[in-house]
Amino acid sequence: MSEKNNPQPVIAVRNLKKSFGSFTAVNDISFCVDKGLCFGILGPNGAGKTSTIRMIYGFSPLTSGDIFVFGLDIKKQYRAIKARVGVCQQDNTLDPDLTVMQNFEVFARYFNLDKKTAIDRASSLLKIFALEQRRDARVTELSGGMVRRLVIARALINKPELLILDEPTTGLDPQSRHQLWERLEGLKKQGMTTLLTTHYMDEAARLCDKLVIMDQGKILAQGSPQSLISEYTGENIIEVAEPEDDLRAFSREKKVRQEDLGHRMIIYAENGHELYREICGRFTHKSCILRSATLEDVFLKLTGRELRE
Amino acid sequence: MNVNISIRFMRIWQRNLTVYRENWKVNFLPPLLEPFFYLLAFGIGFSGLINSVSYDSREVSYVRFIAPALVAINIMNNAFFENTFGSFVRMYYQKTFDAMMATPLNAEEIITGEIVWGATKSVIGTVIMLIVISFFGLVSYPEGILIVFAAFLGGIAFGSTAMFFTGMVERIELFNLPIFLFITPMFLFGGTFFPITGLPVWAQHFALVLPLTHLVNLVRALSFGIWNSELLISFCYLTVFCLIMFPLAIFKMRRRLIK
Repeated sequence: MSEKNNPQPVIAVRNLKKSFGSFTAVNDISFCVDKGLCFGILGPNGAGKTSTIRMIYGFSPLTSGDIFVFGLDIKKQYRAIKARVGVCQQDNTLDPDLTVMQNFEVFARYFNLDKKTAIDRASSLLKIFALEQRRDARVTELSGGMVRRLVIARALINKPELLILDEPTTGLDPQSRHQLWERLEGLKKQGMTTLLTTHYMDEAARLCDKLVIMDQGKILAQGSPQSLISEYTGENIIEVAEPEDDLRAFSREKKVRQEDLGHRMIIYAENGHELYREICGRFTHKSCILRSATLEDVFLKLTGRELRE
Repeated sequence: MNVNISIRFMRIWQRNLTVYRENWKVNFLPPLLEPFFYLLAFGIGFSGLINSVSYDSREVSYVRFIAPALVAINIMNNAFFENTFGSFVRMYYQKTFDAMMATPLNAEEIITGEIVWGATKSVIGTVIMLIVISFFGLVSYPEGILIVFAAFLGGIAFGSTAMFFTGMVERIELFNLPIFLFITPMFLFGGTFFPITGLPVWAQHFALVLPLTHLVNLVRALSFGIWNSELLISFCYLTVFCLIMFPLAIFKMRRRLIK
């Protein structure tokens, strides 16, 4: 196949900008998403995640820059692109007046699929997403977790080559989240390219091969979850509750990377066991723990700890 | 972005038809019962007071005079309410348009599909009403058949106007304003329940600006099977009205939908 000789990214975003009046929601970002990968866009509320993906699936016009999806220009060939993409928006966009199956039929028509194809595909999607029993139920009778699964299942009716998910698990209980993750992992095994926004770090760490961290319309960092952790925080985190001044002096002297939050000190370390023993031994403290660094540490370090409201 | 409307707008129309068929029992009742109520109230209640009305230089019964006006009002209301409250609920509360925008459909097609659907509801209502009032001998045929086409034209006119308002209002309650300032005056003074010649001259001129006056003229002429110049003028007026309001509705709604 020609794709193998000349691997083309599924999504190529170049110098993308989006402004609403004087407010810049997306400020000159660039990234690529390769075939078969799950790519995450992380960021606090208002970081520009949704604005970015809305431009990628042809919902919002670009203020400036370029987006190519499957090598096609979104500004000119939006219809051809949209026919090959599945989108799961943040809101529940199902038709509440219709049954589960009717939702598939109506949605399939938007893609010019005939009724038989729609029903065949919908039946197998309902099976995959564990909704078979509910095919004749009204959408209003479904639980939150079922609604999310149905929205994603519906987004797959056109057999998309790219699945775009905007905060797919926001508001779901832990059981529903895990069930959804399993389905998404199943799709990935079949080679689906996925673009996902989330502000759950565990979700990103579990699902994403690569990700970008955005804030205030800019990309702060990009890479695999593991590479971001080693780049920005190191392997381990030592958390010290109620740090004393002698510890502060020690950390300055030793030049350890740390963040002093007043009642808590967070120390970033590459191989933290020795440092941990030293700190615990020399400075008596209420609580001092050693743990592995997570994406959440990277995220908080990059985007700060202030509330976004 | 250029305006680009393909036949795909029928997919939106089809979606609305699917939902309509789910609730068809509720949807069929108003156009079926409303003319009955009005004909009872005005036909029996008023006929004691008003024997006949002069129309096109002849005397006609009051019921015969208002029956086509009721059809025209029904055309107006069906399209106007569908493309204000109905479309607003789909756009704002049900996020139906958001889902469509993530498929090969574009904003212009969504708006067109909605307006054509509103006009279709006008046509459905008109057909039901025509059947009912024909039993009372209130429609002349074959000209009466053309009222169905008038219903589509009127539906596009009022649906486009409604869609224009939908592109403007912040909250659903604000539709009361165009209803109070636009729909109600037309309902009362658009040559519906009495000929506009009963109004002072200045008010007659004003009534002739209102689209419902022309829709009433058109439907009334067809229901009597009269081909007069008034019919032609009203037809042209409504066509021009559509040609202005439809692009305005697209323009206003597109600005609202595309963020």
